[in-house]
Amino acid sequence: MTRADLLSVADLGREGIVQVLHLADSFAEVSERPMPKVPALRGRTVATVFFEASTRTRLSFEAAAKRLSADTMTFTPATSSLTKGESMRDTVETLDAMGVDAMVVRHASAGAPEQISRWVRAGVVNAGDGQHEHPTQALLDCFTLREALAAREGRAPADDLSGARIAIVGDVRHSRVARSGVLAFRALGAELVLVGPPTLLPPDTASWGVGIAHDLDEVLADVDVVYVLRLQVERIRECLLPSLHEYSARFGLTRDRAARLRPDVLVMHPGPMVRGLEIDAEVASSPRSLVTRQVHNGVAVRMAVLFRLLAREVAS
Amino acid sequence: MNVPLEATRLCVRGGAVVDARGERRADVLIEAGRIVAVERTIDPPVGTSVLDASGCVVAPGLVDLHTHLREPGSEDAETIDSGARAAALGGYTAVVAMPNTEPPIDSAAAVRAVLALAAGACAEVAVAGAITVGRAGDQLAPFAEMAALGVRVFTDDGRGVQHAGVMRRALEYARPLGIVLAQHCEDEQLAAGGYMHEGAWSSRLGVPGQPAIAEEAMLARDIALVRLTGSPMHFLHLSSAGSVELVRAARAAGLPVTAEATPHHLSLTDAELCGYDPVFKVNPPLRTSDDVLAVRSGVLDGTIGAIATDHAPHPRESKEEPLDTAPPGMIGLETALAVAYGALCLGGDAGAGPASGSGGEIGAGAPTWLAAPPMRRASLVELFAALSWVPARIAGLDAPARPGFSTTGGHGGPIAPGAVAHLCVFDPTVRWTVSVSRGASRSTNTPFASRDLVGRVRHTLRAGEAVVVDAEPQR
Amino acid sequence: MAERERRSARPDGRVLVPRSVLMGPADVRRALVRIAHEVLERNHGAEDLVVVGLQSGGVPLAERLVALLEEIDGTAVPLGRLDVAFYRDDIALRPVRPGEVTAIPVDLTGRVVVLVDDVLFTGRTVRAALDALADHGRARAVQLAVMVDRGHRELPIRPDFVGKNLPTRRDETVDVSIDGVTIGDLAAAAPGSPPDAAPGSPPDAAPGPPPDAAPGSPPDAAPGSPPDAAPGSPPDAAPAGDPR
Repeated sequence: MTRADLLSVADLGREGIVQVLHLADSFAEVSERPMPKVPALRGRTVATVFFEASTRTRLSFEAAAKRLSADTMTFTPATSSLTKGESMRDTVETLDAMGVDAMVVRHASAGAPEQISRWVRAGVVNAGDGQHEHPTQALLDCFTLREALAAREGRAPADDLSGARIAIVGDVRHSRVARSGVLAFRALGAELVLVGPPTLLPPDTASWGVGIAHDLDEVLADVDVVYVLRLQVERIRECLLPSLHEYSARFGLTRDRAARLRPDVLVMHPGPMVRGLEIDAEVASSPRSLVTRQVHNGVAVRMAVLFRLLAREVAS
Repeated sequence: MNVPLEATRLCVRGGAVVDARGERRADVLIEAGRIVAVERTIDPPVGTSVLDASGCVVAPGLVDLHTHLREPGSEDAETIDSGARAAALGGYTAVVAMPNTEPPIDSAAAVRAVLALAAGACAEVAVAGAITVGRAGDQLAPFAEMAALGVRVFTDDGRGVQHAGVMRRALEYARPLGIVLAQHCEDEQLAAGGYMHEGAWSSRLGVPGQPAIAEEAMLARDIALVRLTGSPMHFLHLSSAGSVELVRAARAAGLPVTAEATPHHLSLTDAELCGYDPVFKVNPPLRTSDDVLAVRSGVLDGTIGAIATDHAPHPRESKEEPLDTAPPGMIGLETALAVAYGALCLGGDAGAGPASGSGGEIGAGAPTWLAAPPMRRASLVELFAALSWVPARIAGLDAPARPGFSTTGGHGGPIAPGAVAHLCVFDPTVRWTVSVSRGASRSTNTPFASRDLVGRVRHTLRAGEAVVVDAEPQR
Repeated sequence: MAERERRSARPDGRVLVPRSVLMGPADVRRALVRIAHEVLERNHGAEDLVVVGLQSGGVPLAERLVALLEEIDGTAVPLGRLDVAFYRDDIALRPVRPGEVTAIPVDLTGRVVVLVDDVLFTGRTVRAALDALADHGRARAVQLAVMVDRGHRELPIRPDFVGKNLPTRRDETVDVSIDGVTIGDLAAAAPGSPPDAAPGSPPDAAPGPPPDAAPGSPPDAAPGSPPDAAPGSPPDAAPAGDPR
């Protein structure tokens, strides 16, 4: 892979992540201007290719592309010939032939963006593939956390998160946000612990370099950040847990639990939230919650990713 | 339609004969489809065609216990004709065709239809019947009717028989019929829709995995049923260390069980899935290097008596779908011997390394083929035993021809005067690149595409007819 | 521009081999003082002025200029800094690394912007800067102040205030800082200093930021030795140094 495709956080390494954060700093400034637009990607076309629906992420990428003055194209399978039996490969090759410069791909199947990247000339950004990864989410989470830690300590944002203890709580097993998050937070030096019942944790995390815990209250005594994942109701049907009530009681970030947290502990959630299930409404909108900043920072971080993908081609 | 055996004389010269009796330098003279002489040097009479086998191994033709020929039903992926040609290129003179066609082979009529289609193919095609009607797992298929047509192996392959009660009755009913039931061990509830091995790699890749016990639990259950019923059983495509151990113990206890493993389970691990290429998606899935080493040990100590390809053709577009929706399976007839040779006789590093892919920082480092602990290397006799005469015996293809049944019989050797001339001439030194465009199979889903292998079939003789000469099919 | 040149050439593993020093620190200071007077004269004082330094070579000069304007005229002139990475017309031609974040403290509408850069060369950076400034308001006028004009313009851009006119060959490199102006050539890095990786990827052990802030470096440096990471130079936050 010679292009700077972003299929996994691992494609960036620590240096790449820091590069994205720095670019995002610049783009955050651009976004504050009365005219939040730069001509950097003028003449380029960015296609959002969402085989799996997601309005928020798609809009965030489209806004990012437009602020870079790129042209955008939206592809949604429901209205395309994909339903007429055309294969995934044929579909993306058609888009590629139309001359798009980048494809932002979301798919319900893990690995689809990687497969696509082997077939097309365009650059590929993974906007979420099955349970595998959601790299831009992890990047905007790092950006947001870095910003919050700097604000709290009254200094400029650092380029690492060393010393931060982050607990990722919930259905890690099925979470692409968690997989990307583990890679990104660790690359920046944070310490991680995954919390959930054994049925909702990945079968083998021995080589991930993270702690594992099944008791949320024990973990909460000693963390700096609680990253709450959403829970899908299907997990009950799959025999992975008995009831939402029991899940909430054992692993929900309830207001009582939040009250026992140290005052400087931060709370994050990738959204959308099911208030009252994995997190209480009060906690989600409390001052320690970074959820709004996460959403806000998404555009600047995605601008950084698109810029890095399309602006770094060098005439050889 | 029987292919008339031509009254030509043919001499295979300069090779090393390898069969159940051992290894020796010898030329082989063939007339009218049978071997007439096996001598250190033969000066062939005038009018004899000569096939050069210098530097080559001359072994009995290979027998594949487990091939999917896809006809009837999925001729876009493979036909009996193209599959047999692929088999011949791989040194096979006989294959057992799996019954998961559309319609499935679960009746005498279906058996007859396939046998008719297979007459004239360049490898002999024996037919396996289903254990249950429609392979649905509820009702027994008519074993005796199908056996009367020569069917000897029965399996619902593609699936395992989920219901223990049904399996018990099938084994009991089958006992007096001289047939063998073969099981694809996969407990669907434990497998839970996973489509790669459940382990470190599946956790990292975010792919629902299938744990090894999905295979081992059914295997253990069926071994207990064998003990109860006394009927023989054959276990298809073993893939895990636990499975090998279970079969080893069962055989040590004297139970009538046999087992097979595929070339890919002898050489590839779940790390290959790191690039999400569906060509590596297969059932049972590729597992860890410990499992691969255990399967190799199983072949080396005879626990796993046969190597079988599980040749599973799929149209190219279907393997270009996302990993979760792509069908599982790999073709393998043309590469089986080379891959098995590399894995067992060359110490496992014969070029079958993983393709590159973004494996990520978490989890496994690069799969370390070359760091495998030293294992005894198989001899050529052991290699060809597993590829030729042991599967021939399990499938009943070693027996002499019976009218109406196998057209030629006599597969698996030994290479001796009087035997039917089914031969595989194998050059163990040639290095070649697997090219899917030059293969005979209609499908291209091989995990070894564009890889280099060492060892290649040079000639294949089926009942004295040279169906492959210098790695080119003759028809 | 020279700085940007040198930095973007750095991915090839080349370093500046200085040949001669054209201005020392005192010369630069005198030139800035003259420019400050010229600015005040031209604009009849400091009212409505905004000084904007171009990333990154123009920023230290802009800071000095503002201090001088205040010293001479007694007025505090707002200081901004502008990064033009996203406005360049050659984005596909070389790797782009934004510098410090743009910070323009006031609305530019109705103001006179004095744009400050270290070297004026082809003019493309200034063109990009004019585009960038336009996004911060409609300035009444933009005037250009550069320490060195080295010729070879590719666009119709001319400076209003110049420290020194310096005819150069295209392949020469001019290095400007508040400590002096040096002219030299780019040469392959000396053995022992690791050449950088492919453009765009961070080099392993980068020779570190240029010696701008370091007192008394380059003129004495032996040919071929890479500029060192001088004490007090701005920390490069990216590990192993972004070749900015």
